[in-house]
Amino acid sequence: MNYSLFACASLLLELVYGCTNDAFCALTDHLKMKRYSGFSLLKNALNYNENWQKVWRSPVPKEHYDVVVVGGGGHGLATAYYLAKEHGVTDIAVLEKGYLGGGNTGRNTTIIRSNYLWDEAAHLYELALKLWEGLSQDLNYNVMFSQRGVLNLGHNLQDMRDIERRVNANRLNGIDGEVVTPQQIKAIAPLINISPNCRYPILGASWQPRGGVARHDAVAWGYARAADAMGVDILQQTEVTDISIKNGVVVGVETNKGFIRAQKIACVPAGNSGVVAGMAGLRLPVESRPLQALVSEPLKPCLDTVVMSNAVHGYVSQSDKGDLVIGAGVDGYNGYGQRGSFHIIEHTLQAICELFPAFSRVRMNRQWGGIVDTCPDACPIISKTSVEGLYFNCGWGTGGFKATPGSGYVFADTVANDRAHPLAQPFSLNRFSTGALIDEHGAAGVAH
Amino acid sequence: MLLVYCPYCEEAREEEEFTYGGEAHIKRPLSPHTLTDEEWGDYLYFRKNPRGLHHEMWFHNAGCRRYFCATRDTVTYKILETYKIGGPPKSPSIPAGADG
Repeated sequence: MNYSLFACASLLLELVYGCTNDAFCALTDHLKMKRYSGFSLLKNALNYNENWQKVWRSPVPKEHYDVVVVGGGGHGLATAYYLAKEHGVTDIAVLEKGYLGGGNTGRNTTIIRSNYLWDEAAHLYELALKLWEGLSQDLNYNVMFSQRGVLNLGHNLQDMRDIERRVNANRLNGIDGEVVTPQQIKAIAPLINISPNCRYPILGASWQPRGGVARHDAVAWGYARAADAMGVDILQQTEVTDISIKNGVVVGVETNKGFIRAQKIACVPAGNSGVVAGMAGLRLPVESRPLQALVSEPLKPCLDTVVMSNAVHGYVSQSDKGDLVIGAGVDGYNGYGQRGSFHIIEHTLQAICELFPAFSRVRMNRQWGGIVDTCPDACPIISKTSVEGLYFNCGWGTGGFKATPGSGYVFADTVANDRAHPLAQPFSLNRFSTGALIDEHGAAGVAH
Repeated sequence: MLLVYCPYCEEAREEEEFTYGGEAHIKRPLSPHTLTDEEWGDYLYFRKNPRGLHHEMWFHNAGCRRYFCATRDTVTYKILETYKIGGPPKSPSIPAGADG
């Protein structure tokens, strides 16, 4: 059912956009990847959908690669994709200890926005948002990116001052946004409670119409398929157990499938970044914590935007399947358990029920946790390290999904040229000794 | 929900009564002005983040309002012991390689 819906969506997409990316067509033809199109849909329908090509290969690991990417989530796969597409580096292996998109890429609440306060962060997330806007066409894979808008609510005077400051900063950076009144919020999301009599009344919000959601695991699959078509080896169930370094230069990685030599190692291991850094004898200023999310039973369409609130601490959107997708903050303590505390869910749902009293009778279907690596300034680390040929892209904390394309883009550039991409420069590891932190707790205070 | 034993109240209480206090046994440098920027940054921002046993502080904010220490497994979340501030942990050894 889902698959046919998805196929229909692909068909529509193809009919509307056609094959616009000639360079990509040529590349895919070369490696015999069949493009998804309306025609391929019809052809496969006549064959009872039994002859669809595998989305990516499952190659045997080679002994040596130019670049080994550690971590097969969205960011790692995007890094491999942009290394191949933008920099012509195709001798790449992406090592994933589990299955693609089984970590945080498949565990987040899929919210995409770029309304960050500080210039450095705003430029990075805006690059990502601009890439999202063309991503389905670029990858020839429908990532179901839906620009349904994001509301960040304010519940007190200080919230509203912060919101006005942030919206003004966004507009100066060329990012769309406006401050909206409770009546405008009600018009955007009719089920919301704007009564002045509740415990934390809604006083206003920031509204970014270009924000929205995307289908999270389609992002991993789309990048994997497009990277694979350019010759990238995607190695699932390949766990890195050690990083080999000689005279301050990387040699390769030890894995459960044998030693793999590499000239460059790009680490994108999210929650396990501290563990992977430890293999190279490095320390990182990150702490790993569980962040949980939950979804409800499917409902008829009732919420066609994303609503977030820092003050009552919750965020909710409705997926295309009809589930309410709900999340909130991280657990209070460090952990790698991929599950969350019960009282965090209770707190989250109190917030959601206060915002949307109509949701109080909705039954919840599933709940899970992911491990997020949080930085002291709530901003990521995209950086070279003291080891030559070793790069880290981590510390995205609670808000990495929205940045997936931009993160991969600037990290690929950093790895390919062995210097920080201009947009990645402020996110270097050395900011923790220079003191040039990018304090985004205001925009990233609520988990995403 | 974790049950945390407060060594001051001498009772196991629900997790919600407590606040996490981060890594334990961090020593403030005696003469900060002699440190390099890297050393000072390390003291301020770099914390142990092990996948395994972790010595950490907890604050009993709805009870005695005192800090104490715990040794907890960050994968199973099992608390091996709690002990008063200043006391050495009974299980001091963090397995080699697990220290992030």
